[in-house]
Amino acid sequence: MYNSGKIIAGLVVFFILATLPFLLNLGKANAKIEPSIDTPEINAMPKKHCVETKVFMRAEHMQLLNNWRDQVVRNGNRIYVGSDGNEYQISLQNTCMKCHSNKKKFCDKCHNYMAVKPYCWGCHIAPKENEA
Amino acid sequence: MLEKALSGSNRYWAWIFFLLAVIGVGCLAYMKQLNEGLGITGLSRDVSWGLYIGQFTFLVGVAASAVMLVIPYYLHDYKKFSKIVILGEFLAVSAVIMCVLFIMADMGQPMRVANILLHPTPGSIVFWDVVVLNGYLLLNIVIGWTTLGADRKGVKPPDWVKPLIYLSVPWAVSIHTVTAFLYAGIPGRHFWLTAVMAARFLASAFSGGPALLILLALLVRKFSKFDPGAEAIQAVGKIVTYAMFANVFLLGLEFFTAFYSNIPSHMHPFLYLYTGIDGHTKLVPFMWLSSILAVVSLAILVFPHLRKNENILAFACAILFISLWIDKGFGLIIGGFVPNMFEGITEYWPTFLETLITLGVWAMGFLVLTVLYKVAIAVREEDAAVEH
Amino acid sequence: MSMNRRQFLKLASASTILGVGAASVINNISNSSLEAAQIHPDPRSLKAKRWGFVVDVSKLTTEEDYQRCIDTCHDIHNVPNNPNPRHEVKWIWKDTYEHTFPNTAEDKIMNRELQEKNFLLFCNHCQNPACVRVCPTKATFKRESDGIVMQDMHRCIGCRFCMAACPFGARSFNYTDPRPNIKVENKEFPTRMIGVVEKCTACYERLAVGKQPACVEKSNGAIVFGDLEDPNSEVRKLIAEKYTIRRKPELGTQPSIYYVIGGGEHA
Repeated sequence: MYNSGKIIAGLVVFFILATLPFLLNLGKANAKIEPSIDTPEINAMPKKHCVETKVFMRAEHMQLLNNWRDQVVRNGNRIYVGSDGNEYQISLQNTCMKCHSNKKKFCDKCHNYMAVKPYCWGCHIAPKENEA
Repeated sequence: MLEKALSGSNRYWAWIFFLLAVIGVGCLAYMKQLNEGLGITGLSRDVSWGLYIGQFTFLVGVAASAVMLVIPYYLHDYKKFSKIVILGEFLAVSAVIMCVLFIMADMGQPMRVANILLHPTPGSIVFWDVVVLNGYLLLNIVIGWTTLGADRKGVKPPDWVKPLIYLSVPWAVSIHTVTAFLYAGIPGRHFWLTAVMAARFLASAFSGGPALLILLALLVRKFSKFDPGAEAIQAVGKIVTYAMFANVFLLGLEFFTAFYSNIPSHMHPFLYLYTGIDGHTKLVPFMWLSSILAVVSLAILVFPHLRKNENILAFACAILFISLWIDKGFGLIIGGFVPNMFEGITEYWPTFLETLITLGVWAMGFLVLTVLYKVAIAVREEDAAVEH
Repeated sequence: MSMNRRQFLKLASASTILGVGAASVINNISNSSLEAAQIHPDPRSLKAKRWGFVVDVSKLTTEEDYQRCIDTCHDIHNVPNNPNPRHEVKWIWKDTYEHTFPNTAEDKIMNRELQEKNFLLFCNHCQNPACVRVCPTKATFKRESDGIVMQDMHRCIGCRFCMAACPFGARSFNYTDPRPNIKVENKEFPTRMIGVVEKCTACYERLAVGKQPACVEKSNGAIVFGDLEDPNSEVRKLIAEKYTIRRKPELGTQPSIYYVIGGGEHA
């Protein structure tokens, strides 16, 4: 093989780079993450509920928030009717985070785990951390 | 063909690494801008566009100027341009790439730039500028690469390139017209609100771009065995001369309208640029330098026997290029913002970091240009070797 | 059809790029949207065909009268107080007659009192806004429902074309991170981030819950807010009764702020 030294060195470098994400996380605990809903506001609710079901929110909250954003800023629609029939003020700061007043243990928990960095908090003011 | 850019003399590699170093420094400066915002530039609430947008505007002109070689060669079958035309097309490619980079450098939220395509807004001139600039980039890459590839094999370019070449002619005019429309349609910016803006842009483009091309062609001949042709260079020299006269004439029209009408808001930007207002004179020496260089270059170029001497021609082209660079790459943009909408004066001067980023983009453009020219030269040298 | 390896690879890579690209585009466009039944405006919201302001500067007599309007706006909207004047962010501010009406400022022998008068300036919410025309992403747009010129800070790419286009200097760009320059945050309202343009939004968040814009509320009657399309509105009555001027009307943007200079009997 011509240039075998260079080729093998190149393959080694490629192998290390390609597997780096796995190597770096080797041996670290990968416990299932569970965002906390243990806040005084949520605990005070007679029947705990969000604007939609937990399953829906877990999968679709980003689309819902995107739609909410456009509806408020662009169409002036500020009331959301949940599938439970209740009406909610559309507001990340004044509705979502009033209950979920524990951003670090709620939002950040999954976002950090998934390594996503939504830029909501570049503008929207996170609540003062509030835990029960 | 790209492999031809991978073998070269030590001098070639030294130049490449020098450009890479400048690009690297520019990237570091840009990282700081990305993290801390455009506050690291000299821009302000009153002068909200500056060096980046000026360079963008100027370089669209350089890109459009390729058409000054394409028209004589392909439409009028002016054979003398057969060798130099590829230099024009590749210059256009690198110029458009610089344009795109300058636009990106100027964005407050560059990560969101795809919003222009996700929410297309045909009423906005920026939308059309994105369309025509990218189209022009594509046209010139395809045309340049295909014709050069055919040349290398010693065959005629494929037939499907011809329509693209014809299309590139009006397209070149469109990129600079649309860029002029960015400015010429804004109410309240009296310096820009002029119907001859697009015409002036084209005139300055068709003198500044070919002037740069003459310098590049002379360099290519000096450093390689590829000769773009002495007659071709002379012919481009004529184009530069006529276009520069047209440009100075159009600038003169602006002065007449502003000062004979005596409308203050029309006069103020000119007064700021050429005399200064209330002691704000930062740009005055540069604008006068630009004017003097323009006059001197014309005084040289207008005499055929002076123009025929390539050293004198090169000197005239160099000062003409600097003159237009100051006038269009700087004065034109700043003049639109001073005085501001309240007839107050906020001056602008680029910061050190802003200058580094600008140099980085230019280095990137020169890198693309060097690589493309290297390929073109290598192919032409091969051809020459076969012929002899 | 025969094909060599080179052609196959070209075709395969091209179709992959096209396929992945098209899939993501379609995905984006068909992004599930909300149904009409799920969403509606707040019933308390104030409605008009075209909102406008009448600013009676004769009723702004003390420094404090101006400052009260400015402070309330900037406080509730988390407008940063940037110490660097080049990076200043302002939604509403006061300025001299000369700066407010620069096209009439050449008059050296005009009424001194008027010349020295300060004006309250904010976004004109023009009927033909130049800023909206130039925006490449519709980040700034005119609400069809009530004519407010809005700024969608989520969508703004920070190209600053609107700043070049606005003849009234109503727009500010976040040259630096605004957060450190906000002394007390209003937790009910967002801030902005680096690299976006912001401006007065006619308190659209207050209109939505039935409140007048904050500056109007704090102006002691110097600023009146109402529907310019409704002949019986208070703004229309004021415009009918008094001599009013608008900034740079010759540019055809149709500003929605009318200034009453008032003062003497002969005004």
